[in-house]
Amino acid sequence: MAEASEYEAALAEIRAGVARAVARHRGDPGLLIQMLLELQAEFRWLPEELIAELARALGVPLARIYRVATFYKAFSLAPKGRHVLRVCTGAACQVRGAALVVAVAEQLLKVARGETTPDMRWTLETVNCVGCCPIAPVVLCGDDYHGKVTPAAVRELLAKYA
Amino acid sequence: MPRLASVADLEALRERLRTAADAGRARIAVCTGTACHAYGCEAVADAFERAVAERGLAGTLAVRRTGCHGFCERGTWVAVHPEDTCYDRVDPADAGRIVDAVAAGAVAEDLVYADPVSGARIARAADIPFYRRQQRTVLGPNRWLDPGDIEDYVRGGGYAALARVLSGMRPEEVIAAVGAAGLRGRGGAGFPTGAKWEAARRAGGAPKWVVVNCDEGDPGAYMDRSLMEGNPHAVLEGLAIGAYAVGARGGVMYVRWEYPLATRNADRAIVQAREYGLLGERVLGTDFAFDVRVHRGAGAFVSGEETAMLAAIEGRPGEPSLKYVYPAERGLHGKPTVINNVETWANVPLIVERGPTWFGSLGTARSKGTKIFSLVGKVNNTGLVEVPMGMTLRELVYDVGGGIPRGRRFKALQIGGPSGGIVGEEALDTPVDFEALTAIGAMMGSGGIVVMDDTTCVVAAVRDLVAFCHDEVCGKCVPGREGMRLLRGWMDDICAGRADASVLARVPDVTEVMREASLCALCVTATNPVQTSLRYFSAEYAAHVEGRRCPAKVCPDLLEYRISAQKCDVACTACLQNCPTEGAILGRKGTRKQIDQEKCVKCGVCIEVCPTRFTAVAKFSGEPVPKAFRTVPA
Repeated sequence: MAEASEYEAALAEIRAGVARAVARHRGDPGLLIQMLLELQAEFRWLPEELIAELARALGVPLARIYRVATFYKAFSLAPKGRHVLRVCTGAACQVRGAALVVAVAEQLLKVARGETTPDMRWTLETVNCVGCCPIAPVVLCGDDYHGKVTPAAVRELLAKYA
Repeated sequence: MPRLASVADLEALRERLRTAADAGRARIAVCTGTACHAYGCEAVADAFERAVAERGLAGTLAVRRTGCHGFCERGTWVAVHPEDTCYDRVDPADAGRIVDAVAAGAVAEDLVYADPVSGARIARAADIPFYRRQQRTVLGPNRWLDPGDIEDYVRGGGYAALARVLSGMRPEEVIAAVGAAGLRGRGGAGFPTGAKWEAARRAGGAPKWVVVNCDEGDPGAYMDRSLMEGNPHAVLEGLAIGAYAVGARGGVMYVRWEYPLATRNADRAIVQAREYGLLGERVLGTDFAFDVRVHRGAGAFVSGEETAMLAAIEGRPGEPSLKYVYPAERGLHGKPTVINNVETWANVPLIVERGPTWFGSLGTARSKGTKIFSLVGKVNNTGLVEVPMGMTLRELVYDVGGGIPRGRRFKALQIGGPSGGIVGEEALDTPVDFEALTAIGAMMGSGGIVVMDDTTCVVAAVRDLVAFCHDEVCGKCVPGREGMRLLRGWMDDICAGRADASVLARVPDVTEVMREASLCALCVTATNPVQTSLRYFSAEYAAHVEGRRCPAKVCPDLLEYRISAQKCDVACTACLQNCPTEGAILGRKGTRKQIDQEKCVKCGVCIEVCPTRFTAVAKFSGEPVPKAFRTVPA
């Protein structure tokens, strides 16, 4: 019973979130991407129920929303960890050893890039250039930029985010 | 602030701002660009504000949080105006002493910029080698401007170009000026901006649109980001001038998802411009009506292509379509649309203000004006540089960039992102000019320059660029989709030592088809890094393919890390403690350490942490391993 009511509560939250996003953009389906960005930021992923609700609210086919949600990298159809560690693998970061940083992060978090730890604490991703090239290699944790990250510095960096 | 109802109102505001009691205050400009954020610039700016307040100096000293000053290698960067004294690597603890010095009309000598080559202290920006050879006509205002304050922009002469256009220039005259200046698109292809505007002006259909392309996806480039973050009103002013010229009523600033600060500053600039009557109905009291919104991208490199960007703005997946008709004729919502890159738009007010003759006097015969480059990778002075077109790559790397760090040797540079080329030392005397760069197999691109030294593997660098394009390819056309898949597989094989010479022979077959038959320019030019590197670095490819070795010791599959039994100190456990892979380091305190090659992931931590007095860890790729480094059976 508790589980069912928890699900209902989450569903209500999703409905309210979708209604707010749609209202902010006056229900204009042309602004679908902007709505999805806001919903992704709010819920940290786009559950099936959310996409269905959005399709209903906008009156557009479910397939169209999935098409957009799977095309862009900003959207995630699976839940992400509490912290998202993004290692920049742009050209400048690669030249200064980004691949080594990725290798260390994979070893320490015991997941491959693109994966989330079973305790839902960390998601490890690589990103193609965040435009912070002068201080390469760059690692983002959430919204924090860390520059000139060496392989041996990764352990300490992770420890900052309990 | 009431809306400015006329050009005279704007000039009156400017006059009031310039003669205000506090206009003459000295100004401490703290760089708060994205790179400086990683250095902790906000804490530095807070410290300056506290120091000024504590000393009761707010009446004579202003602290400004500005956009990127360009010298990102040495952040947090602080400049004091009007003297333009520069302090590098500023720490919050330095703020008090710098404020005291400024208040006394002096310079905190031991905190000013120290040249890494000579060690000399250099106080004034104009004397610093990094800045000396630059001509910062577009980037310059970033050094003193608060991007969140429209009045700061107006005080410095902002919106005067728009006012001039609206007070009597006919649209045709504006287009003629941009055309006569010889401005070409800064986004990569170098298409003449005046011709694009002219086509949109002549095209039938309304409402027309103007779009800012801030989807700076090229890895290694961040000039658009810094302009959008540091001087959004210049972009907005250029956009408004363009809208007037082509007859557009609506504008869109497309900002990529990875640039949250640029999005925020663009949004804020639009809101302020509306409040001041510089956007909206009857701009500056004239019949010109124009408004703008920000469209945030959602992470797709291919959306930087014009037709793809328009699809994205309409809410669809940002995929390119065939250009039967150019967007200038049929673009956003099927209406004539001008899409220009951020830097292109930011050049427009300057051309209107200073005239096409001035602009045309900069640069080379066919590439006019200045160009902003991001100079990154293995170079001493990494940062954003703006130089007149025509400067050579060698001057950029050595005179502006200060050469290669740690006394290493220059090996290659990559210019133009994943669509550009990787060229060797013999190409260094090429001037930065659209045609000259194309002639050496590279391209201007958006202006990212990644410098590589002899510890960089060119083959691995190409593999990374190919992998990038393969990840980003939209998959709509067969040459692009299948070509990238093949190239990526081959590059992976080469880097892993799995390929033989026949692979190299097959590369041109695929790149040729991609160049001839891909749907959009992205997959046409994605072959450039492969083709140029094969031309300039064939020996390095041969080493990987025939010798199964990586001369720069980068490719992990062709590499072994080993510890010298002679140099390893039995009491030291640095590598043991720091190695992220369980069991990869054999041994314990009191014994010499060795590396289990089966488990080692080649992340380089052991080399980094091994104390320099031992330097016991070394990399080997194909060469004979000296006895001391050989693994002893347990």
